[in-house]
Amino acid sequence: MTAPNATVDARGLSCPMPIVKTAQQIRTLTSGALVEVLATDPGSLKDFTAWTRTTGNALVEQTQADGVYRFLIRKA
Amino acid sequence: MTMIAPTPETVVTPAETFIPPMASPAPEPAAGMPVDAKGLVIVAWSSEYDRIMPTLILASTAAASGIPTKVFITFWGLLPFVKDEHRITGEGWMQKMLSLMQRPGIHHLKMSKMNFAGMGPWMIGKLSDEHHVAKPAELLEAALAMGVEFIPCQMTMDMFGLTHDEMIDGLGEPAGAATVIELMTRPGTASLFI
Repeated sequence: MTAPNATVDARGLSCPMPIVKTAQQIRTLTSGALVEVLATDPGSLKDFTAWTRTTGNALVEQTQADGVYRFLIRKA
Repeated sequence: MTMIAPTPETVVTPAETFIPPMASPAPEPAAGMPVDAKGLVIVAWSSEYDRIMPTLILASTAAASGIPTKVFITFWGLLPFVKDEHRITGEGWMQKMLSLMQRPGIHHLKMSKMNFAGMGPWMIGKLSDEHHVAKPAELLEAALAMGVEFIPCQMTMDMFGLTHDEMIDGLGEPAGAATVIELMTRPGTASLFI
């Protein structure tokens, strides 16, 4: 597994901050970069799927452990 | 007696309809992302907490999704965008009295219902802390950082006696109804009145 280029720690934050923080982080990266997002908001499961569809970024991986959701997103 | 063979259950799936992409008015991508997003325009008319929240949440999320987003702030909707230190705004006694009765600033929002002389906003503040919900001021900061353009209504600014200096930094140029109508009627633009 390739290591992510950046991690967004959105644990404890609720809608819409995990998305906003991820978008801010992704802005600073170049196309193809991998971003790891950690979130605890259960709504983020649906939201990250929707957001990647809207933006064209790819949701590469989505896992969950101990109440923490982990999304791996590749910048389009 | 004739047995009628049961009709096999058919699952009717609607055929996927192809929707041709609409002509895009060459939007400037707010979040610098490769999307074909068209635009979102919100008319924010209220200074109430429970209306400002969805306005700021939707605006910052749309901008974070690469959708050029503009919020036209008009009438009471201007008040949250007045700098917090300005307690009394305007020139004449009527303008001053308006600001006295309706305190401007993003930290002084009332609720549309159950305000109970400030008890309502206080309780909502407590609950949003417990549930880690961002405060209006944080959401406003995020919206501005994501490139949401807030367009103050020139006419109500004049009516309330609000000056450019009394408004927070980072707002767009004041404009009027025709500007908003032009933005709202661009093909593929979603518009909301909150």
